Amino acid sequence: MSVSSIATPAPTVTDSEEVRRTSSRPPASRRRRPRRRVVQPLVALALVVALLGVPFWMVVVTAGKDQAEAFSPNLALPTDWQLFENIATVFGDGRMVPAFFGSLLVMVPSVLGVLLLGSMASWVLARRSSRVMAIVYALAISGIVLPPAVVTIVLLLRQIGLAGTALGMIGVYMGMYLSTVVFFVTGFVRTIPVELEEAARVDGAGPVRVFVRIILPLLGPTLATATILICLYVWNDVFYALFVIGGRLDTLPLNLYQVASSGLYLQNWHLIFAYIIVMSLPLLVTFMVMQRKIISGITSGAVK
Amino acid sequence: MTAPITARRTAVPALRSGTAPRRPGGRRQDHPAWFIVPALAVLVVFFFVPTVFNFVYAFTNWSSFSSQISFVGVDNFTSLFANGALVSGLRVTLVYAVLVAVFQNVFGLILALVLEADTRVNRFARVAFFVPVVMSALAVGYIFQALLKPDGALNAVLSAVTGTEVTTAWLGSTSWTIVVVALIHAWKWMGLSMLIYLAGLKTIDQDVLEASRLDGASWWQTFRTIRFPLLAPAVTFNVATSLLGSMNGFDVVQATTEGGPGGTTELLNIFIFRTFGQGLFAQATTMSLMLFVMVAVLAFPLIRFLRKREDVL
Repeated sequence: MSVSSIATPAPTVTDSEEVRRTSSRPPASRRRRPRRRVVQPLVALALVVALLGVPFWMVVVTAGKDQAEAFSPNLALPTDWQLFENIATVFGDGRMVPAFFGSLLVMVPSVLGVLLLGSMASWVLARRSSRVMAIVYALAISGIVLPPAVVTIVLLLRQIGLAGTALGMIGVYMGMYLSTVVFFVTGFVRTIPVELEEAARVDGAGPVRVFVRIILPLLGPTLATATILICLYVWNDVFYALFVIGGRLDTLPLNLYQVASSGLYLQNWHLIFAYIIVMSLPLLVTFMVMQRKIISGITSGAVK
Repeated sequence: MTAPITARRTAVPALRSGTAPRRPGGRRQDHPAWFIVPALAVLVVFFFVPTVFNFVYAFTNWSSFSSQISFVGVDNFTSLFANGALVSGLRVTLVYAVLVAVFQNVFGLILALVLEADTRVNRFARVAFFVPVVMSALAVGYIFQALLKPDGALNAVLSAVTGTEVTTAWLGSTSWTIVVVALIHAWKWMGLSMLIYLAGLKTIDQDVLEASRLDGASWWQTFRTIRFPLLAPAVTFNVATSLLGSMNGFDVVQATTEGGPGGTTELLNIFIFRTFGQGLFAQATTMSLMLFVMVAVLAFPLIRFLRKREDVL
């Protein structure tokens, strides 16, 4: 991952031009191709069925069973489908509606916050080049690698009166993911010609105006990639949430943890899996709708 | 991931070329420093101060049992070392991270090679393999806990295939369960590695491959001598993210084994969560500090090594 990688997005996975080129191969390799054309899709489908089909099939059929049948999860169909009854149960017992809004309450401000503060800082960090700025930049991106001090975060939040609050959780997530945004955006800003800014400046625009009108619109694709990654992490996080807001605020992963840990000796697999299905749907639907954008966004940032 | 190296590389040339032709005063006003202040404030309060606290409270007796916090020197370190928790925590975390990095990259690369051609089936399979990446790691852990039970679905499938009754307790072995949980972690993230490798494969110049094909190179020769070396940037990214990410792992292991059997899968984060729950805050802080030190010590040489490898190749 280098600065130039962000400037020139790698071709997307679904680039059809490559296919046309490879299909005009020299005759030497053409002899083997008919066999490969049959075998390769079969291998691909076999991998999907074995590695993904089996686990997901088990989740769906078990979520449709009653407690006795789901006691030992297997691949058999339920004798009597009651998926919707189970989903209704977890909506109540797992407090899914408050959990959904709790997750949103934490995720949306965190993501918007890191995007705004991160791109503001990145713009200046990319444009100014003093020793101090280089140090600030190095410190700002160190969080990509270094793990957050999860225990003392709780202590600090208690001292400043934010323990167990959504605001405290938002602050923790922002502190964790600002580095990612700063890293992505600074690399990108360096590829934007300064002349673009200067043109606006000659027309009398101040720094805020230049940032909002010139820089921010250009950051779109980079910020989209960062948004996807951070949403993924924050929406699914349970570790930091357990420390900061566990027991005080509902989020989807926290409530899943509670549902799964509550049956001490007898795990209610039908409810756990019904919960997992409902909980995964928002991100899955988003992913299915935007898969092309998401996939090309993630890959363009990673490879030179 | 590779940020610190990149930072140094790009900052130095910019220092010379950027400022020289312009008046420094004008430049400063154009990019006011106060734009950095809000981000820096959040970073300082929620990231740097807790990290500094880590270095302080690891040397205290902070717990839920005493109202006063006082310094106790290196007592936490010696007691954690004496009861074996320190060494075993570091070892388990490191073994787990290495296993995850190996499995995730091998699976991701194999998937990328199998699904490389742009056919309809492959496009579907790529999207399918990305589904676990989008899912919660905790949910993935619970799914596999059910799947791997002695009377679970995996043993049922294996029994049907082999014709004999299989009742392996996949999550019950003190020596092999760590491999199984690392496989689960790799299963969850292999779709991401696959995508990165696919993108890397796409960037390889078709003319080079054409030339090797005309020279009569086999698929394996082409892969080993041309394509894999040219994948170096993708390898750097994937190895660094999987290794460092899994050192910070928690969800999958908590959902499958909770650190068991016999503490053989107790990652540092699992230990931290458990001792924190017991009110032993100073011990949890000490382990958190050890995690920080381990990642810091390993991350920078690792990234430098991977970067150097890219240059050589």
